[in-house]
Amino acid sequence: MAELKQSMLVSRIAHSRFLWLAVIMVTCVSMIRVFAGSPENIPPPKGKYSEDTVCVEPVEIMRRRHFEYILDHRDKTVIEGIRTKQYSLIGCIDCHITPNERGEYARYSEETHFCASCHLFTAVTIDCFQCHADRPEEAVRTTLDLSGTTAWFLREVHERLQLDVLVQ
Amino acid sequence: MPYTLDTQEVDTARRSFTRGIVALGGLAIAPGVVLYHSAEAKPANQPVSGKQRWGMLVNTNVCQEDCDACVTACNEENGLWSLDRPATDAQWIRKLHVKDRQTGHVTSLPMMCQHCEHPPCVDVCPTGASFRREDGIVLVNKHTCIGCRYCMMACPYKARSFIHEPLQDQLPHSPRGKGCVESCTLCVHKVDRGDNNTACAEACTKDGHQALVFGDLNDPDSEISKQLKRHGGSQIRADLGLNTGVRYQGI
Ligand code: HEC
Ligand code: HEC
Ligand code: HEC
Repeated sequence: MAELKQSMLVSRIAHSRFLWLAVIMVTCVSMIRVFAGSPENIPPPKGKYSEDTVCVEPVEIMRRRHFEYILDHRDKTVIEGIRTKQYSLIGCIDCHITPNERGEYARYSEETHFCASCHLFTAVTIDCFQCHADRPEEAVRTTLDLSGTTAWFLREVHERLQLDVLVQ
Repeated sequence: MPYTLDTQEVDTARRSFTRGIVALGGLAIAPGVVLYHSAEAKPANQPVSGKQRWGMLVNTNVCQEDCDACVTACNEENGLWSLDRPATDAQWIRKLHVKDRQTGHVTSLPMMCQHCEHPPCVDVCPTGASFRREDGIVLVNKHTCIGCRYCMMACPYKARSFIHEPLQDQLPHSPRGKGCVESCTLCVHKVDRGDNNTACAEACTKDGHQALVFGDLNDPDSEISKQLKRHGGSQIRADLGLNTGVRYQGI
């Protein structure tokens, strides 16, 4: 009797559509989470920095100290006019931010952006990309036309319909 | 008239002094003179030094009233995309038209940061963000700028802008953002890579006006120094004793 009850329970659970739906959803969500943030989804850098080092310093050191190099270089560039390429932020972005297979460049607001991928995981907040381009020049130039058109469209809407909310 | 110089004494004093130069300059600057000066680029790993003092010469005699090629070139070079709000859009260089009330003569001239030797903006900056580079270029270090805008008040030339809104699509060589003051950098990124020219001066030359000459004021052989030595050039608000790096002919 007890055995029969148990097998009925099992088959009821197995036949519950709701349960299967839930299982599928959980799998999908976890797959998205796994793939979105995973290194495979971040387009690889353009190339190696030199014959001996892949990045501008050995990768183990870059992982821990990349910001020290950039911040130091920042002051040298802005105040003293030193323009070496090795620790230039433009250089990091130029090599590391490459298009995905659809030709799109990730923004810093997306988790597939090389710098953001790590900072999201480690809960680091930086303000650099409020001013600095988070994509190389060729990518900025291609979106410029688009944003120009969007801006024009919003202005038109604003003027014709007097909708202040749309134009923030 | 969008703008007139408001200090009567200065206006008249300068006018009487420069009236002769207008005539002289008009005669002497022959059109079609090619104004190039080639100097070696500083090695990228060397800091800039006081050996150079970068400056600009504006010849208002050949500056065209209906031309704003310098303004457009500046906006494009530095990614100063308009938000279509003229009151707050950033402006690193602008065209002024100054009318002599007596004669009705209109002088057209570009106005920008004058890259003073003694910059008032640097004096008043509470964080040291406003600074004068060794080679004479006056800049804002946006990494330390707190957006207080004292420098904007202090500048006699109204040369600085404040960024009120979040920006997008900045060009990699020209980072800009909300909450900071900014102004003409004499195309510091171009100067440092050895272009030896600014976007505005290049555009003016390309349009065939040659009203702008960029160069090293400390190098006696540079085109700008030679022209200044030969024909002179005045400072706007010279009475303030700022020793500006931007000089004007014809005003
Ligand atoms: C308010 C705007 C602003 C912010 C925020 C900002 N920068 Fe900058 N940064 C600039 C400007 C302007 C320059 C000067 C560009 C030039 O002269 O070429 C600059 C130059 C640099 C340079 C030298 C040029 C290069 O690309 O190598 C580095 C490095 C740099 N910044 C790093 C940073 C880092 C790191 C952060 C974040 C911690 C940051 N900046 C935040 C405006 C900003
Ligand atoms: C010429 C190309 C190039 C430039 C320039 C460059 N990198 Fe790299 N970087 C690489 C390569 C290649 C790797 C190795 C990536 C890999 O193994 O997937 C790397 C690795 C890294 C890593 C470690 C990533 C990880 O997987 O843990 C960091 C952090 C990093 N770079 C930061 C920077 C910063 C910051 C700059 C600018 C100062 C910079 N890189 C400039 C090519 C470059
Ligand atoms: C391997 C992971 C990783 C990658 C990739 C990475 N960062 Fe970081 N970054 C960190 C961590 C972790 C910190 C915080 C370190 C600390 O505070 O000790 C940090 C801190 C920083 C800081 C200093 C923040 C501050 O206020 O002190 C800057 C600037 C920075 N990162 C820039 C970048 C840029 C630009 C890139 C892309 C070119 C990048 N990072 C890529 C992990 C990474």
